[in-house]
Amino acid sequence: MAKHKMNLMVCGGTGCYASAKGDLVKALSEELEANDLSGEVQVITTGCFGFCEKGPIVKVLPDNTFYVEVQPEDAEQIVKEHVIKGRKVEKLLYKHPHTKERISDSVHMDFYKKQIRIALRNCGIVDPESIDDYIAREGYQALGTVLGELGPQKTIDIMKESGLRGRGGGGFPAGLKWQFAKNNPSDEKYVVCNADEGDPGAFMDRSILEGDPHTVIEAMIINGYAIHANEGLVYIRAEYPLAIKRLKIALNQAREYGLLGKDILGSGFDFDIQIRYGAGAFVCGEETALIQSMEGERGEPTVKPPFPAESGYRGKPTNVNNVETYANIPVIINKGASWFASIGSKNSKGTKVFALAGKVNNVGLIEVPMGTTLREVIFEIGGGIKDGKKFKAVQTGGPSGGCLTHKHLDTPIDYDNLIKVGSMMGSGGMIVMDEDDCMVSVSKFYLDFTVEESCGKCSPCRIGNKRLYEILERITDGKGKKEDLDKLRNLSTVIKEASLCGLGQTSPNPVMSTMDNFYEEYEQHVTDKKCAAGSCKSLMSYHIIAENCVGCTACARKCPVNCITGEKKQVHEIKQDLCIKCGNCMEVCKFNAVTII
Amino acid sequence: MTKIKSLEDLKKMQAGLRKQIELREKGENPDAHTQIRVAMATCGIASGSKEVMDYLMEESEKRNLDVVVTQAGCMGYCHSEPTIEVTLPGEEPLTYGNVDKKKADEILEKHVKLGQLVDGIIPVTHKTIEEKK
Amino acid sequence: MQEKIKVTINKKPIEVEQGTTIYKAAKELNIHIPVLCYMNLKDMGIEHNPGGCRMCIVEVEGARNLPPSCVTKCTDGMEIRTNTPRVLNARKTVMELILSDHPFDCLICAKSGTCDLQKMAQDLGIREIPYQGEQSTYREDTSPAIIREIDKCINCRRCETMCNDIQTVGALSGIYRGFEAVVAPAFEQNLEHSPCTYCGQCVAVCPTGALTEVDQTNSVLGALADPRKTVVVQTAPAVRAALGEEFGMKAGTLVTGKMTSALRELGFDYVFDTDFAADLTIMEEGTELLDRLGKHLKGDKDVKLPILTSCCPGWVSFFEHHFPEMKDIPSTARSPQQMFGAIAKNYFAEKIKVKREDMVVVSVMPCVAKKYERSRKEFSVNGDPDVNYSITTRELAHLIKQANIDFHTLDDQDFDQPLGESTGASVIFGTTGGVIEAATRTAYELHTGKKLDKVDFKQLRGMEGIREATVDMDGTQVRIGIAHGLGHARQLLEDIKKGKSQFHAIEIMACPGGCIGGGGQPLHHGNSQILIDRQKALYKEDAGKAIRKSHENPFIQTLYKEYLGEPCGERSHELLHTHYFDRKKRWIKK
Repeated sequence: MAKHKMNLMVCGGTGCYASAKGDLVKALSEELEANDLSGEVQVITTGCFGFCEKGPIVKVLPDNTFYVEVQPEDAEQIVKEHVIKGRKVEKLLYKHPHTKERISDSVHMDFYKKQIRIALRNCGIVDPESIDDYIAREGYQALGTVLGELGPQKTIDIMKESGLRGRGGGGFPAGLKWQFAKNNPSDEKYVVCNADEGDPGAFMDRSILEGDPHTVIEAMIINGYAIHANEGLVYIRAEYPLAIKRLKIALNQAREYGLLGKDILGSGFDFDIQIRYGAGAFVCGEETALIQSMEGERGEPTVKPPFPAESGYRGKPTNVNNVETYANIPVIINKGASWFASIGSKNSKGTKVFALAGKVNNVGLIEVPMGTTLREVIFEIGGGIKDGKKFKAVQTGGPSGGCLTHKHLDTPIDYDNLIKVGSMMGSGGMIVMDEDDCMVSVSKFYLDFTVEESCGKCSPCRIGNKRLYEILERITDGKGKKEDLDKLRNLSTVIKEASLCGLGQTSPNPVMSTMDNFYEEYEQHVTDKKCAAGSCKSLMSYHIIAENCVGCTACARKCPVNCITGEKKQVHEIKQDLCIKCGNCMEVCKFNAVTII
Repeated sequence: MTKIKSLEDLKKMQAGLRKQIELREKGENPDAHTQIRVAMATCGIASGSKEVMDYLMEESEKRNLDVVVTQAGCMGYCHSEPTIEVTLPGEEPLTYGNVDKKKADEILEKHVKLGQLVDGIIPVTHKTIEEKK
Repeated sequence: MQEKIKVTINKKPIEVEQGTTIYKAAKELNIHIPVLCYMNLKDMGIEHNPGGCRMCIVEVEGARNLPPSCVTKCTDGMEIRTNTPRVLNARKTVMELILSDHPFDCLICAKSGTCDLQKMAQDLGIREIPYQGEQSTYREDTSPAIIREIDKCINCRRCETMCNDIQTVGALSGIYRGFEAVVAPAFEQNLEHSPCTYCGQCVAVCPTGALTEVDQTNSVLGALADPRKTVVVQTAPAVRAALGEEFGMKAGTLVTGKMTSALRELGFDYVFDTDFAADLTIMEEGTELLDRLGKHLKGDKDVKLPILTSCCPGWVSFFEHHFPEMKDIPSTARSPQQMFGAIAKNYFAEKIKVKREDMVVVSVMPCVAKKYERSRKEFSVNGDPDVNYSITTRELAHLIKQANIDFHTLDDQDFDQPLGESTGASVIFGTTGGVIEAATRTAYELHTGKKLDKVDFKQLRGMEGIREATVDMDGTQVRIGIAHGLGHARQLLEDIKKGKSQFHAIEIMACPGGCIGGGGQPLHHGNSQILIDRQKALYKEDAGKAIRKSHENPFIQTLYKEYLGEPCGERSHELLHTHYFDRKKRWIKK
């Protein structure tokens, strides 16, 4: 085998795939070929680096150079300058948003400084399509330990001691869940990996499956062994084609190596994994709905109890964990429960992957220890608010989460703290909002999602959320009444308390938390008919300031509905009943004579 | 493909595979390893830095030394090429000039292994190109 | 033995079996928790508790949310409150939400007065709907028998359970999601293009007006008002055991005489009995059975056995849709409704010298599928159907109320002759096991040539979904299978196909309990005791009849003598027998 001096790690995640204007791997390989360097330098497609904002990303190892926004046409420069001459390509280095300094390695980037990558440990290092890479990184060692040394109960004990909690949203202790499934006797049990990631903007599970599919496979085999199940299923949404492709490759490789199938590692334990495709319904991320869907039924939750650990897939004891939860497990076995438990906060151990999005400078996928504060995430890792605007709120937990504000910035992020302040961990969505975001509109946005994604089985969620949405729409349309606010409160409470599954029980959270934290904004909307953020069009109107208007007629000419009247050199006027609030007049006025009230 | 039959098989296999990933793993966390940067600009290559770099890589692997060998641009000491810069974990970098295979061997044996300095250190007269900005 | 657990409900302690739901425990304490989607037909083994409506929510000490009592099981030491302000407010709000997405046309709704939703809204004292907004709408679907007015659907999904789990017909299922969620046939086809058998069990359990039968009362009134028409009415056996319930009488009250009076008061020219045609059915079907059985006993390998009954139109549709390959096995005898129509419009019309087109035949049925059956083309002559209108027991009750008839004070009258005379055998057609018992009585005597002294075949009676029995016909052991509910019918058919079961004759009725539990009967609201009471009433009427074997019905004997010749003869074949179709390919509209 040729001795490689250098690796060019090209991000193979969906985000970077989408932002590349061509085949980056091909361009780099061809360029190396042309310079007769293919023997010395290896191009490796790998998993997500997390810094999707600046994709496509190419990392050069071992000198650890982090190139951002790399396009195929940059391949020549990377090879000619960096590979041959050892000079870093300046223009492809990350530029610090404030200091404008170019930073050449990820170690010194704010985005990475506070991160600890456990679940994402192999993303960006291994080639997800190579089982050898995974094995080289201690892959399947944990499985060997479990099968050869620990046995089922000790494995579960380690899981319990580690304090690992479900990363899909509920935060239920994984070890306990396994114990229940193990304790329920049955000749047939199942292990299910929930890869039906549905929160808008969340993509941690996808990234793990795309970047390190073997970790999930290994963990599922361990899970199967621990609870005495011989069959695993991965329920993945069909709109994750790349993740599915890589998972399939990984499954075949594991089968070829005998890590799946009969008598795994000579232990006598049989296990195999099938893939089941979801059609992308949000509610199918709820474990009972997921099981229904896998059975070919309508994707609707069923009442718990019975929990899947008693009666799940095909009515048999079933353990359901999500992708990120599984990704932690091999490391916990390898490094020990106490190592894992030493990371994180009191009741939330380890790390959590978040999809950081919204009005921050550094958007992307991050993994931080539990207990990191919101401030650290938003202002250090996220690099603060975009365009120098003011921070207003951060929404965690996806559509079922809540909006947190200034006073929560120093809250250490963990399961219990987030619930205490009226939000939740969820699967790890984190959307940052600035002063231009209207909180009523924000809750309307989330409600729109839950109305769309409710399965319709129970009345409070089916009708209640629709009515919540309608009230919010009335308020943002300027037709809200004072009593609507009471209705919002009562409806939210009832939907939360009376709905069947987690979707309905959390869907009013955005409304409730914004009402708790931004009540005056709601009041303003209904009593003063004003939207301070300036985002509710119905609540604002354009006016001409008489003393500034010189009568240049520019605005009148630009108005698409001819609602501005006035003679040349006379003060103009906007006819409010005709105005469509497009803002053209304001944009075109050179005299600051147009204002929004 | 042969099946992996036991944990021992797996461990053997892993040991064999480690090499292919080592380069990447070390690169991820360079400060934890001894770093040797070889100046590989035209001047360096002309005076044999490529051979020195290959030698350093091969030898450190053979001798089981925890070393990351990377290439750098011109360090500005064209009079003493090939030059290499050695950084032990947590220490300031030191630069050696006129490094041939023999010198390289000495550096590995003494500086890297034992932390003893070797003759041929170039006093730092100016900042490297990369630090200039 | 299972351990008992202790809970308190509204501070009252109670001990219950492990696994008891809060709802059931509360019931034992006479605490009434309102339920809407929940349905428990316990004798049929049907418990539908999806936990969807959320009306039965209660407060459980220590629980974060309000769990639904219909499906939440008691755990030891549980402290439950069913009526705290928190629960009441939530319940009321949920009801207000449901009503906010429901049409406000109660006054003209078919279910008005018998609507579960209406009653519950009243009980909860809802006087306004604070959460007004968009209402979900869906097109109306009218079939020959059932109307789907999905705007009134509250997504209780009881119909789905009946259609899929109990009847295994699979015509209805949930489609779309959220606010748009509706229950509909696959690919949103209309019922006509689905495997629907019109058994009407969905209608029978629908708590609102979302599923109703096609109402033909106005057409009947029109015919009655037309002086040129001779209007003949026939009433099915199960109607007399249930009609009284519509007037507040106890379930199982026999109202044969009052019903006859009421029909006469309504203006029908001849008040006849479908039971007469049931006796006729026994003559034909019994003869067919004996014929096939005889051939079989002689060693004929090609003879099709078991013979399956064919009185039930839901069942006929079911095998046409789901088991078309077995369509040669059922008896070719028409159902009593259709035999009656054919005899009335031929034999009787001739007898009273009325032209066929001037005669209107109305049937009163416990059944919704009969509306469809009467519309089948093979039961028409030149576009004139043998049975013009088929109304349900419920529709008849509406007609009686409209006509200002005080049902309670009516005197008991007899049916008209000749098509009003019937035997005890025909009366029990209305319950599961009845048809085959009636057939056995006649077949026994015809086969053995001996008189049957003990006419009650108790081994054929009961309420279990699938029953098996052997009847000794003087040495010949006849094996009989009985199934009611189409799910049980499917099970039996699958067993036969696999060769697991061997029967000579099988009786199948589509509805649980048979016609007494038909889709056109007064709503039992999930109380299966009502069905048992109705069944008892029919056996009582049978026992009280002077003649209890179909072939002894003197008017039947006359009919054969005067008109038909012999059972399964040429004329019988023309008027009283039919053939079946493969409908499997017709589910999807082109």
